[in-house]
Amino acid sequence: MTDNEEFANGQPPVRNKSRAGLTGMILSVGLLSLFFLMAFSITKGAVKIPLSAVWDAFFNFNGNDIQHLIVIDIRLPRAIASALVGAAFAVAGAIMQGTTRNPLADSGLMGLNAGAGFALAMCYAFLPGLSYMRIIIASFLGAALGAALVNGIASFRLGGSTPTRLVLAGAAVSMFLIALSQGIAIYFEVAQDVMFWTVGGVSGSTWEQVGLIAPVILIALALSVALSRSVSVLSLGEDVAKGLGANTALIGVFCSVIVLILAGTSVAVVGAVGFVGLVVPHFVRYLVGVDYRFIIPCSAVLGALLVVAADLFARNLNPPFETPLGATIALIGVPFFLHLARRQKRAV
Amino acid sequence: MTGSRHSGNLTEQQEKNEEYKRKRELRNLTIIVICAVVLAAVVFVCANIGYIKFSIPDIFRIFTGGGTNRENLVVFEFRMPRIIVSILAGAALALSGCILQGVVRNDLADPGLLGINAGAGLLVILYVMFFGTQSFLSVFTLPFLALIGAGVATAAVYALAFKRGEGVAPMRLILTGVAIQAGIAALTTVLVVKLDDDQFDFVARWQAGSIWGSSWDYVIALLPWLLILVPYVMSKFRVLDVLNLGDSVAGSLGASVEKERRGLLAAAAGLAASAVAIGGNISFVGLIAPHLGRRLVGPRHLVLLPTCALLGAVLVSVADTIARVIVEPSEIPTGIVVAIVGAPYFLYLLMRNKH
Repeated sequence: MTDNEEFANGQPPVRNKSRAGLTGMILSVGLLSLFFLMAFSITKGAVKIPLSAVWDAFFNFNGNDIQHLIVIDIRLPRAIASALVGAAFAVAGAIMQGTTRNPLADSGLMGLNAGAGFALAMCYAFLPGLSYMRIIIASFLGAALGAALVNGIASFRLGGSTPTRLVLAGAAVSMFLIALSQGIAIYFEVAQDVMFWTVGGVSGSTWEQVGLIAPVILIALALSVALSRSVSVLSLGEDVAKGLGANTALIGVFCSVIVLILAGTSVAVVGAVGFVGLVVPHFVRYLVGVDYRFIIPCSAVLGALLVVAADLFARNLNPPFETPLGATIALIGVPFFLHLARRQKRAV
Repeated sequence: MTGSRHSGNLTEQQEKNEEYKRKRELRNLTIIVICAVVLAAVVFVCANIGYIKFSIPDIFRIFTGGGTNRENLVVFEFRMPRIIVSILAGAALALSGCILQGVVRNDLADPGLLGINAGAGLLVILYVMFFGTQSFLSVFTLPFLALIGAGVATAAVYALAFKRGEGVAPMRLILTGVAIQAGIAALTTVLVVKLDDDQFDFVARWQAGSIWGSSWDYVIALLPWLLILVPYVMSKFRVLDVLNLGDSVAGSLGASVEKERRGLLAAAAGLAASAVAIGGNISFVGLIAPHLGRRLVGPRHLVLLPTCALLGAVLVSVADTIARVIVEPSEIPTGIVVAIVGAPYFLYLLMRNKH
């Protein structure tokens, strides 16, 4: 609105204000579409449920109606889990790209995906028959182990970690853990089980899971919005950031912890669908520029949209079979990414 | 810098610089020689290790032509081709990674960025789906298909990243490469879910990187690529140094940036694709060997390229031998051992060096 008034007065639009206006628009339109998309995705699936039944399920719940049960106990937690996980991956990716200044960075670089995969392979090889919740918790611990290894090694040297060291340590630790889990999976012949878990995506999300991850992810998202200014400063480069008086080491630690919480929980629940964390921040940066105060909230909303849409596709491309979530995310994300690659000017 | 006021200090400074340069050259030469000696030792030791063991005098005797038929069979028909394939594949992947990191100026670049591993992997899966794991049409069908997959993927990445007037800017190449990789990976996931146990096991091993080509035929198939591409790449060491400075600087220093980049990318793709076709998905070498090399001998490509090639060769041949013997008589894929051996060494260097 302010933009239009400025244009009407014949004044040149103030650049940052227009960015803020655009951000506000993306956020409001995005949230609105997210709401409608989630409602739509609840009606679609192997069993078609009319909107009226969905309405009834919410406001007039009948525990004997199978349609109501599907809506409340299966589809709703699944839609919420998709939105949470999408927002978390996208924000984690944005923070990683900002702090490391590497356009290839995503939460996988912190050793999270590899660590979770390693824990998963260990669970299947040595503790078969572990319950669903326990596997999720083990995966999160694995992700934390990966992140701890990466950060520990990157900041081992006096003077702390620099983005380059973090990136290299992340790549090497990830490769190491992936190799270990591949080795375990092949040797103990559990590779296929591990694969099925990883491609499962958000299927089988329960209220128990959502209750566990929702507060964690929401708090971490709020913290990352609070931290977004510092991420912007870090994205100018370490020297500039120090020159501006930022405590780069401290910000780095905070960012690492938030990325661990966001992406670690998400990876534990849906497996490594890291492409969200790569594509969404790039797309948002293309829309709103390089200020992370705008990038981080927009990433959260668009990331949620992407994963909810991808899960909708995953369920409906070939019902009653599910297409792997990672594949449908790529199906939507890759064309965007190719387009961005052709348009891009500044990377991070 | 402080010496500029006093001419005496200046010459002293220059002398110091000269001495430092000499020391560096000597050190670099030593490192290359050490790598070469280690590689020779590796060949010797690897020929010796395996299900059937030989004593050291025996090995000497066999190498000098005095072996029995059975000994000759084991050493020259079974072990040597595999050792040589692993050396060639390791060197090719390491060189390819070194070129790519130089050309796109990104620490995380590896041959996978050109879609090579993804493209080859997709065709391997398709092959396994349609023909199963038992009925190989010929020993060369699979490598040939893998090569085609890698080639098509690379061509797609290049075509999509190319823009008239600007060529293939590094950042666009990176983003396009990531997108193509992700797209092919998605297709792969969809297909992998449909495989049966045997097929899945085969594909999982291929993805983890197991060298299946272990006869002289494969050596002969792999060798021409290296014989043609390695001299070309070595002759471009100055171009690689200059490209490292960024497009605009490279252009103003007189490099024909786009033309050189196209040639180098093609060479990198050819090296990696031939290696992946025969050696499976050992992508880690292409990422790690250049970093190891840079930490050992610095960023100048004249020294860096041969060092990388030697490091890659040592890494893969040692890993392959370990993979062969550690869980005898079955095998774990070489790529896994490469990462388990290579990553800790790399992390050690990362923690030790300041830069």
